[in-house]
Amino acid sequence: MARITAGVGCSHVPAIGVAMDTGHTEDDYWKPCFAGFEKSREWMKKANPDVVFLVYNDHCTAFDASCIPTFALGCAAEFKPADEGWGPRPVPVVKNHQKMASHVAQSLILDEFDLTIMNEMEVDHGLTVPLSVMYGQHGIEDEWPAQVIPLAVNVVQYPAPTGNRCYNLGKAIRRAIESYDEDLNVVIFGTGGMSHQLQYKRAGLINKEWDIAFLDRLTSDPVGLSQMPHVEYLREAGSEGVEMVMWHIMRGALDEDVTEVHRHYHVPASNTAVGHIILENTTS
Amino acid sequence: MGMKKDYDDIPGTIVFDADRGREGYHLNQFCISLRLQKNRDVFNANEEAYLDKYPMTAEQRQTVLDRDWNRLLEIGGNIYYTSKLAANDGINFQQLAGLMTGMGNEAYRKMMVEGGRSPEGARYLDEWDEKEQN
Ligand SMILES: [Fe+2]
Repeated sequence: MARITAGVGCSHVPAIGVAMDTGHTEDDYWKPCFAGFEKSREWMKKANPDVVFLVYNDHCTAFDASCIPTFALGCAAEFKPADEGWGPRPVPVVKNHQKMASHVAQSLILDEFDLTIMNEMEVDHGLTVPLSVMYGQHGIEDEWPAQVIPLAVNVVQYPAPTGNRCYNLGKAIRRAIESYDEDLNVVIFGTGGMSHQLQYKRAGLINKEWDIAFLDRLTSDPVGLSQMPHVEYLREAGSEGVEMVMWHIMRGALDEDVTEVHRHYHVPASNTAVGHIILENTTS
Repeated sequence: MGMKKDYDDIPGTIVFDADRGREGYHLNQFCISLRLQKNRDVFNANEEAYLDKYPMTAEQRQTVLDRDWNRLLEIGGNIYYTSKLAANDGINFQQLAGLMTGMGNEAYRKMMVEGGRSPEGARYLDEWDEKEQN
């Protein structure tokens, strides 16, 4: 039986990918941001998941305004890094665990989560930056150490799915994975955030207090946290901070009781507060 | 008229909701086409002719030509889309924020390095003072 052993929350700021791809991680500006992921890379080596279930959002790359699925599951054999306007990131093609992905798709739909199934999809920084920060630099010729099942969530056009819906989807993902018949170790990523506003006159908003409370409540009060209304994200964490709902999918897929094994918080990466947490299930 | 929205009292913020998605559809589709170099080449050779392919409103069209970044958001643009037009012009996300806030690149970058814009005085319209914020 496949099992989810841990969850990772992680920002996916595009500038972090650019800093890695252009060799600027040792610059004064970037050093403290990357220092907080050193322990995470060691942890990833030890955890050594067979499959990463990666919850992220597409930034108008694979999906433009013509089609906006709330939840889209990547079921293709592989996903190429997309050209977002500056050429594709020089990172490996992402390989799916296609059999598990199709099992998850079927299980989730029968569990009443009406997914969109993607049999062709390119992936943008939302997916590749978390892989880069957690696994370190990997070039085009290289391979990612795990297979990856992508789940793209709409957070660009309001409203994103509610935190409650996301938390419950996480639970359904866990049921799907645990009913898959192969003995595989799965780690789930919830990405995006933390507080940031990219647009209009209030751009640059950062709410450290709010972010820290969010990280705290992932262990102390995950269900309560998932009930937060959208307007609170928009007001307190900035208009783009609403992507934090994706962390509830990760959290919902874990045990009620988890152990926080690592945390990192840094301001700024470009316009954004970088937040990161690793949570281990206590039962597995 | 539309319904009252609980996020209308957040200052300095345009929430890209379904209404704006409807109004801005052709504008945003134009912007995202600039993700690809071959389209950027055609646009940069003749902006007006390229814009003819997108049935946006006359105001949206003029606002694109004027590069009025805040107005683009007010009339249906979304930042993930308008940022592609900015990138075409050699303007990155942080420089674009410098323009939209009216702070300029240096002051904006400094604010971010010092921890970003505080939420104090920036949560509700009635406490927001635009001059104080910059
Ligand atoms: Fe994002």
